[in-house]
Amino acid sequence: MLKTFRIGGVHPPENKLSAGQAIINAELPKQAVVMLSQHIGAPAQAVVAKGDKVKVGTLLAQAGGFVSANIHSPVSGTVAKIDTAVDAAGYQRPAIIIDVEGDEWEESIDRSETFVKECKLDAKAIIDRTKECGIVGLGGATFPTHVKLLPPPGMTATILIINAVECEPYLTSDHQLMMEKGEEILVGVEILRKAINVDRAVIGIENNKPDAIKHMKELAADYPAIEICPLKVKYPQGGEKQLIDAVIRRQVPSGGLPIATGAVVQNVGTAFAVYEAVQKNKPLVERIVTVTGKSLAKPSNLRVRIGTPISQLIDMCGGLPLDTEKVISGGPMMGKAVVSTDMATTKGCSGVLLIRDLESRREEMQPCIRCAKCVSACPMGLAPNVLAKAATYQNWECAEEEHVMDCIECGSCSFTCPAHRPLLDFIRQGKAKVGAIIRSRNAK
Amino acid sequence: MNQTFIVSPSPHVHSGNSIPNCMYNVLIALIPAFLVSLYFFGVGALVVTLTSVVACVLFEYLIQKFLLKVKPTVSDGSAILTGVLLAFNVPSNLPIWIILIGALVAIGIGKMSFGGIGNNIFNPALVGRVFLLISFPVQMTTWPKPDALTTHYLDAETAATPLGLLKQGLPIEATTTDMLLGNVGGSLGEIGAIALLIGLAYMLIKKIITWHIPVSILATAFIFSWLTNGFDATDALQQLLLGGMLLGAIFMATDYVTSPMTHKGMIIYGICIGLLTIIIRRWGAYPEGMSFAILIMNAVTPLINKYVKPKRFGEVKK
Repeated sequence: MLKTFRIGGVHPPENKLSAGQAIINAELPKQAVVMLSQHIGAPAQAVVAKGDKVKVGTLLAQAGGFVSANIHSPVSGTVAKIDTAVDAAGYQRPAIIIDVEGDEWEESIDRSETFVKECKLDAKAIIDRTKECGIVGLGGATFPTHVKLLPPPGMTATILIINAVECEPYLTSDHQLMMEKGEEILVGVEILRKAINVDRAVIGIENNKPDAIKHMKELAADYPAIEICPLKVKYPQGGEKQLIDAVIRRQVPSGGLPIATGAVVQNVGTAFAVYEAVQKNKPLVERIVTVTGKSLAKPSNLRVRIGTPISQLIDMCGGLPLDTEKVISGGPMMGKAVVSTDMATTKGCSGVLLIRDLESRREEMQPCIRCAKCVSACPMGLAPNVLAKAATYQNWECAEEEHVMDCIECGSCSFTCPAHRPLLDFIRQGKAKVGAIIRSRNAK
Repeated sequence: MNQTFIVSPSPHVHSGNSIPNCMYNVLIALIPAFLVSLYFFGVGALVVTLTSVVACVLFEYLIQKFLLKVKPTVSDGSAILTGVLLAFNVPSNLPIWIILIGALVAIGIGKMSFGGIGNNIFNPALVGRVFLLISFPVQMTTWPKPDALTTHYLDAETAATPLGLLKQGLPIEATTTDMLLGNVGGSLGEIGAIALLIGLAYMLIKKIITWHIPVSILATAFIFSWLTNGFDATDALQQLLLGGMLLGAIFMATDYVTSPMTHKGMIIYGICIGLLTIIIRRWGAYPEGMSFAILIMNAVTPLINKYVKPKRFGEVKK
């Protein structure tokens, strides 16, 4: 029996159209738009000014607090302006706009293809390096990595779990990265293991990637502390809480931190970025992005400089199909529908998904028939129909009692509802309101 | 490029499941039982079922269109399902005018008065059935004798049902094989244990329902009748095969709207239905107790939902 998480879950069609496509480098943009807030936490503070010359890897903006991240220039050229740009959520946010000239890198970065296995840095130096290099969680949540590597007082890590689940349909960037950079990923895992001082690391991979499981198992034979754990295909296994439950059978207590279970979870792409940061002194200036869609000519896995407009990525893959009605940054279950393809790639952008006309529209909402399919699907063991109803009637006490704050917004409820009720839309409203109520109560 | 896109919150894909899909799958699951009924009750089964379905759909349409003035939703299949289930719960020689009253009560009072699909407390088909049973006790308990491919409808030869004979302490002629195949008297759709079980298998495979309600009802009914009747396993098995037990456990008690949401709640609900049915059959005035047991537990369902919550992830004990 393959391991998986114990409560709820759904199985959306996988549609991994770009599986097996070798990673190719995306062209450099003419102008890079680097958002100052592309991680969870405080926005970074710009340290360059209009007219400054920058190289790839030059620090553009400094972390704006403990939970924040440095941002480096993904291109070389001149800072055109410090302005605002539309982010994935559709809001104008501060951004540094750079006119690209050539492709000159900072000398401190080792750009050679040489594989460096030995890591000479100690734990503190590793954590400092990930902080300097602006590494954030690349699975999509973009939580600053150095923060996760420093457990709060009184908590100790006992295991490192690497998230190579890629449970979102369509996305294949992590899968392809493992096929091409497996060795580097394992060194990255060893570095992360050293940083949090644990003697065991488990890489969780869903069973729909048998080639990656086989490849990583072969490579991991040389790394006795690293174990490859195949997992049953079930969404949302890539959720941090679900993955911990699947791998070590421990549940993060409601309202608690994942570290309460002794597990530190890092994405497989993050492990690779950590390898590059620590062994090659390379800041996070590029990432792998899956560009895909059923009508797209060439679904691909691209290595993309942060700040590249997604329209350029779509053009590289055969251009925007005429039947596209929705463009998503991320996967279909948790990704954000963007307003325009002018949006720039950010650190958290794991995919660009084009959805065709008919599939992009929601069906008309019907009355709830209390079939409780949402209850069975909810991986947090909540009753989404009850939460949605509480939010509809603005009964915030009920929403709080029914643990609306536990919702991880995976969308399994809306996905499964035969009455096409947008349950998660209502629940998000409930979360926002109840969250505000709790904060004001705690402030008193 | 100045194209406009649709922007909406996630998720951006849907399972494709729909209310009509659920309803029509239940209807497909009812086909084997209907075929058995057509064979043993002949033309009467056809007339009663058609009348009931047409009446239920028509009443729903008329009420929505002219009384509630809302967009009619008869295409979702739920009124058809209510019609079929109502027909399955009455004798196949029931006069058309009584069926029409049953359909009006089922749809009008059982469903639409609560606000239509999703809002009713009681299973509409059972509301209709119990109304008819109380209002027309003679017609509702005059059962046609199974007669292969008969063309008799109102003038069908009648006989007591095995369940009625058991109630009076009389011996029954029907063998276990007859009960499995459906060669016994009873309501239109409740005969034919195998056919009903095929329907159950279909719904389980299609994931329309889970095993919790039917299994807990049947297991409880079997064990309880075995315990209360001198550990007689044959009698306990007959309790499952006769009357509305299988039809109720598989198709009536599993109605989404009126059954609990959690698996634990479903088991509590199922156990109570099993117990109540056997209590009514053994000690009550009626030979049959399934309809009443389900209706009583329908009323308890909101209470079960209030107290039996799903098992939460990372629940912190207070």
